[in-house]
Amino acid sequence: MAEPAAARARRSWRLGLLMAPALAWLGLLILLPHVELAMLSFRKQIGPREYVPSLYQYRTFFEQPEYWHTFVRTAWMSAVATFATLCLAFPIAWVIAKITRGRASAWLLLACMIPFWISETVRTLGWMILLRQSGVLPALLVDLGITSHPVELLYRDATIMVGLIYTSMLFMIVPLISSLESLDNALIEAAYDLGAGGFTVLRKIVIPHAAPGITAGCIIVFMLTLGDYITPTLLGGKDSGWFTEQIYTQFITRFNWGQGAAFGFLLLGLSTAMVVAGLKLTGQRFGDVMGRR
Amino acid sequence: MNQPDLAADAVVKRYGEHVAVDSLSFAVERGSFFSILGPSGCGKTTLLRMIAGFIQPDGGEIAIGGKNMRGVAPNRRPVNMVFQQLALFPMMSVGENVEFGLARRGIGRAERRRKAEQMLERVGLAGAAGKRVDELSGGQRQRVAIARSLVLEPTLLLLDEPLGALDLKLREHMKIELKQLQAEFGTTFVYITHDQSEALVLSDRVGVMNQGRFEQLGTPQDLYYRPASAFVAGFVGDSNRVAGRAIAVDADTVEVETGEGWSVRARRHGPAAVGDAVEAFIRPEAATLGRLRNQLPPDQPAHEGVVESLLFDGAKSALLLREARSRREFRIALPQTGQFADLKPGEPIVFSFDPTRATCFTVGSDGRG
Repeated sequence: MAEPAAARARRSWRLGLLMAPALAWLGLLILLPHVELAMLSFRKQIGPREYVPSLYQYRTFFEQPEYWHTFVRTAWMSAVATFATLCLAFPIAWVIAKITRGRASAWLLLACMIPFWISETVRTLGWMILLRQSGVLPALLVDLGITSHPVELLYRDATIMVGLIYTSMLFMIVPLISSLESLDNALIEAAYDLGAGGFTVLRKIVIPHAAPGITAGCIIVFMLTLGDYITPTLLGGKDSGWFTEQIYTQFITRFNWGQGAAFGFLLLGLSTAMVVAGLKLTGQRFGDVMGRR
Repeated sequence: MNQPDLAADAVVKRYGEHVAVDSLSFAVERGSFFSILGPSGCGKTTLLRMIAGFIQPDGGEIAIGGKNMRGVAPNRRPVNMVFQQLALFPMMSVGENVEFGLARRGIGRAERRRKAEQMLERVGLAGAAGKRVDELSGGQRQRVAIARSLVLEPTLLLLDEPLGALDLKLREHMKIELKQLQAEFGTTFVYITHDQSEALVLSDRVGVMNQGRFEQLGTPQDLYYRPASAFVAGFVGDSNRVAGRAIAVDADTVEVETGEGWSVRARRHGPAAVGDAVEAFIRPEAATLGRLRNQLPPDQPAHEGVVESLLFDGAKSALLLREARSRREFRIALPQTGQFADLKPGEPIVFSFDPTRATCFTVGSDGRG
């Protein structure tokens, strides 16, 4: 049945109004700066205020080992951090979704959220107080007789890793809980009943069911760690070798906006490629992962 | 009797103060269809889950195929279960569902596939192995759930109200199919349900459960014609219940008089004395209708009433009347001849029944009242 034209027009107006803030945000704050950055990244300065279109900025990235080493290292460490976060978050999500009930699960989830009431900078500074050479943990290690003198626990890859996992935990736990909650306990019982052991139930029933939640959590955590700046810089020091630091340096220290913009796009390309690869690998579609029940 | 496939000895399960299963003992013969029938909350699900091994009894022993099951995990018991909502694995194909248990036993892929296809064929789903579970109809899923369990050749198949989720028509159909499957495979079935018709149609023996105990354990005919307690008489099949006091007791029968002065005669079950509170149960099909007193069997006491309404339901049509003295409702099955189809509400009518086909229990004699 055909809708009267006036009613249709009124409806599309209303839809437009509802979408306006989101569209404005998307257009002005995300799309526009990216277009600008893209233009910056694809040109080369040949004289004062004189530019020509060029792939120079991207070529520099591949010609300077320092740049792409940092790039690969950031990707690799983010992937490891994501996997470690998954392994740690899964049991917690399982307890909250399947074992505890009502108030107890609410309290546990709240406990996971409490660290996020404090700003990331303050949280990370807290880690520094704990881990620096004159800090709490090295002193404790000496008191316990494990080390003879206080060791510097900051500025190590492991320290960056701990900080990244700590920061990302909640973003993994929440999608995992929601996907585990929708798992019918009867399926687990049925699998046991048919002779499966705990590990088989996990592998054949729980993980396939939770796959969209796992993928969603991994995508969010991977993007967060890849683009994190504060945690790697504060815990890993000036030479933490995180790619966001390279971008910062290009923009702020060297005032080389073209190079910084190119790096930014490379990072964007990397996270997109990793997400696509992850979805392909687990045989899922983006819509299923993000738009679940 | 052969070695029973399932033997329970004084099995108890308590939840705090509440006794869910109260010292139950019974045995299920090999190859038979045993039903546990009871209202919701009677403890039948708890009992089934103890047999499957998902919960441990607080006392007593369960033996399956002659082996004591104490401390044996569910995945090590020779028992499989068809769940209430079937619990088919949605992440697997139909074939993979059926192969799941075989794979857990370490059977090779080719052998697994062959067995699964064979089993699917036997339940009438040949060629469905590659389908997704959600492509099947309710009845087909039911059959996959049964095939998934039976392919493991369990000593015992447990069924937890598997027909509950189906619509009426399909339920009737699956009832017959289940009975045929059981006869064909010869596996011992233990079936729990709150639907007395399912229990009567399907079972070789039925245990009627109430408040954690068996009220009666017997064949469907026993339960229907010779109920052992007021609960069974009221729960299994339709009955007219007439409660009152015993005014005369002889060797076989009791005469029950209601508060309004209406009296009926019924077969005595258990001891009763004049003055006891008693209740009689009369099946709708045990009574005869007539327009005039001389149309009733002369050797049966006659009762008078007024037609309340005609309940047409094909072969199960009945007449609802009000007894003249007590104004109580009484239900009588209508004969298939269509003889009384023209009765109008308000018309006077007479009825009678054979006292030996009605049963009278003393209230409280079974310790419950």
